[in-house]
Amino acid sequence: MTTTPSTTVKATGSSPGTPSGTEIRLDRVTKDFGLAAPAVDDISLTIRPGEFMTFLGPSGSGKTTTLNLIAGFETLTAGTIALNGTDVSDVPPHRRNLGMLFQNYALFPHLTVAQNVAYPLRERKVPKREIARKVAEVLELVQLTGRDDNHPSQLSGGQQQRVALARAIVFEPRALLLDEPLGALDRNLRSALQAEIRRIHREVGSTFVFVTHDQEEAMNLSDRIALFNNGRIEQIGTPQQLYAEPETLFTARFLGDSNVFELGQAALDRSIVWDGESWGVDPATVAAHPGVRAGSAIVVRPEDVEVAARRDEVPPGANAVRAVVRDVEYMGSYRTLLLAMGGRGLPGRTRVSPLRGDYAIGDEIVAWWRPGAQRIVAA
Amino acid sequence: MTSSPATASGPAIGRRRYTKVDPIPWWLKAFGGVVVIFFILPTLFVIPMSFSDAATFEFPPRGFTWRLYENFFTNPIWLDSLSNSFLVATLTAVLATTVGTAAAVALSRMQGRVARFVRTLLMVPIVAPAIVVAVAVYIAFLGWQLTGTVLGYVLAHTAIAVPYVVVSVTGALGGFDPQLLRAASSLGSSPSRAFVRVTMPLISRGILTGAIFAFIVSFDEVVLALFLRSPVFQTMPVQMYNSVTVEIDPTISAASSLMVVAVTIIFLLPQLLRGRARRR
Amino acid sequence: MSSNKIRWPSWPLLVPALALLAGILLVPLADTLIRSVSTPGWTLSNYSNLFTDGVTLTVLWRTAVTAATVTAAALLIGYPYAYLMTRVSPRARGILLVIVLIPFWTSVMARNFAWIIILQDGGPVQSLFEFFGADDVVFYGTTVGVTIAMTQVMLPFMVLPLFSTLGAIDRRLLLAARGLGSSPTAAFWKVYWPLSRGGVMAGVILVFTLSLGFYVTPALLGSPQESLVAQLLAQRTTLLLDFAAAGALGMLVLVVTLVLVAWANRMGGTMSAIGVVAAGRTEGRR
Repeated sequence: MTTTPSTTVKATGSSPGTPSGTEIRLDRVTKDFGLAAPAVDDISLTIRPGEFMTFLGPSGSGKTTTLNLIAGFETLTAGTIALNGTDVSDVPPHRRNLGMLFQNYALFPHLTVAQNVAYPLRERKVPKREIARKVAEVLELVQLTGRDDNHPSQLSGGQQQRVALARAIVFEPRALLLDEPLGALDRNLRSALQAEIRRIHREVGSTFVFVTHDQEEAMNLSDRIALFNNGRIEQIGTPQQLYAEPETLFTARFLGDSNVFELGQAALDRSIVWDGESWGVDPATVAAHPGVRAGSAIVVRPEDVEVAARRDEVPPGANAVRAVVRDVEYMGSYRTLLLAMGGRGLPGRTRVSPLRGDYAIGDEIVAWWRPGAQRIVAA
Repeated sequence: MTSSPATASGPAIGRRRYTKVDPIPWWLKAFGGVVVIFFILPTLFVIPMSFSDAATFEFPPRGFTWRLYENFFTNPIWLDSLSNSFLVATLTAVLATTVGTAAAVALSRMQGRVARFVRTLLMVPIVAPAIVVAVAVYIAFLGWQLTGTVLGYVLAHTAIAVPYVVVSVTGALGGFDPQLLRAASSLGSSPSRAFVRVTMPLISRGILTGAIFAFIVSFDEVVLALFLRSPVFQTMPVQMYNSVTVEIDPTISAASSLMVVAVTIIFLLPQLLRGRARRR
Repeated sequence: MSSNKIRWPSWPLLVPALALLAGILLVPLADTLIRSVSTPGWTLSNYSNLFTDGVTLTVLWRTAVTAATVTAAALLIGYPYAYLMTRVSPRARGILLVIVLIPFWTSVMARNFAWIIILQDGGPVQSLFEFFGADDVVFYGTTVGVTIAMTQVMLPFMVLPLFSTLGAIDRRLLLAARGLGSSPTAAFWKVYWPLSRGGVMAGVILVFTLSLGFYVTPALLGSPQESLVAQLLAQRTTLLLDFAAAGALGMLVLVVTLVLVAWANRMGGTMSAIGVVAAGRTEGRR
């Protein structure tokens, strides 16, 4: 049909393993369904060639709508979407040459595995012999060799999704869009297929855009994560950045567990005061976000919180708060203490190694951490 | 068998116990049997009648002869009406299937009041009394000079056959996952290609069923046909009607038997095709 | 303009069906309506005549009584049958459903001809009655015969709404009522019957309505002296060529029918019942 996609296909297909692929650039993209707030609200984002980008967020945050906008299933209210610099905002989905994986697999029930996988090739008028070769190749890639003549209904959920994956990459699309593809699978299958998807991303080397609401999945798979909230991108970065350096309270709470101390109006020069405790500040832990300068919450990860029996056991320079043990969860290699902190009994948690002695419910302890371990974020 | 005793015996025990507490009474089963006979038996009476040697409709039939079938297949009046019915029913099936499938596809994509209203409107030919429709159509067709013409028959029969196609295609579309169309477009199919390669094959059984219904509705239609007939063009049900009311022609038992057998076969056809498809 | 997933409108696909419906059905019906109020001159006399000509009212009453009898018979037969359907195995249920649909889908003329043979004077049914000493029972040429034949073909429209209603009733309620000390009969009337009333209403209205318009069965099995409204309508059209009077009568029947069907539809399940009858063979397999 058009010539641009086929040249791209060759570029990506001929050099597997090397990071190649398509850059996807979203510029001030807005989608308004006419509801109270736009589903996608003025998002700008560049997905790099060959990158594994995950759109993470709660349901209704706009991540799936954004993916559908890239795929072309929804029309833009405002803004532009460009693939490798070419504006595709008005190109219908079947001419965008993007592969797509759906949560419910969306395999054609009237076609066999091989026919499903051959579908996009037949649509592109690829010669018959070529089709047979490519189908065999890609079925081997997803480890489904020999199931050619099965119908989708004869396969398990995990196998079906692997057929869908084969079908979505066999025509060497400019990028692969994955819409919660593992959502319908049970836990064990999920992690197996996560590994599979990661491997295939490495081998194919094209751009992957993955949508999920599961933060663990996002952490496992992604080069970068775009965290969505209320139609906007809350924060974008590598999994480590998002976990270790959250810029907002939403990010801190969405990824992993946190101890959150909300501050009133506190000065941020040397020290801050929370519930009568005076704490030191490491300037490097103040997130660069402009709003943060006002200082609205302190976030400390549970694994950074240490426990002491008395205040004089806390090393000098550390920030400390008195706490009562509310519950103890045994997690095997470590234990989690659920705490009530300060005079107000703020819920908190910390991880302790079993070597550090026993704690019982009702014990009064002191929780402490180094100022460098805390993040000061905008609410 | 022995490998999974828990799963195999669990529900079975539950069911057995349930039946003990709350059995189906014997008289209800007996009643069901009588009703089944009431449904089926009368129609079967025509088959022995069709081999009767008598010149009237007397029962029980007398003797055994193929004479009535011979008459049916040699008498030009019966043969013409048979071929007329085939012609009209075939054209009706084609037209009604096309029109009805298009309507069902459109309705499946539409929502809200208008769609509901149109859906109800398309059902009117099924619920409206055939005689009222026949009278209105007859009077109008007299003016348009369509009575006694193939076109008139086909148009009138299509109007009443379309709802059956709409119902059966809508049923097929109900089980159709619209996500498949997105998948098809992401794989490079234009909307019209996606319809041909994905939608059509998946609703083909519904379309086939609709076509069969349309054929039978037309082939078997009496009331409209009685009004639209002309001395030179009449369908098989009309000829059967004549043979009871005017001619007292026992050939009708042969015709009836053939109709019953034919309709049964046509009905079983999709089931047989389905059976073969499954085995394959 | 904003969020249409389909990039072209769907309504043009409806045009052929609606055009056909309009051209073949609605225009003739409207034409008939207009003729009935404009012949001779603008008047409602064609309608008032229906109530004063002495014949129409009698025929309408006879039609209503026949339809009511058919409805009652269909309910008496259909209710236990539908109940039985809810109790048997899925496979047997499928068979029972197909059987109930058979009369609807067997050739109209073959079915009516069969009833003529069975009910005719000297036929098997009459012989049976004679055997038991009832010598003067006549079915052929009477409304009794018409009623029997109509009941057979109307049963699906009673059984299907009933089946969907009865199938939704939790039978443990009956056991609960028994456990609380009700006799089986009391448990049925106090618990089961009230819960099934929606389906009963839908079935009753539907069967009654559809029975009003029967033409072939009364024409073949009934007698001209005891004609029903459809025969009267046909007679006025083709024999008397009194299109205006026929039109008025036709409009009356049509309006009554559509109002009743709309009412039954509100009771739930009528359109879907018709849908199942129309597409019954495919659904029946479940």
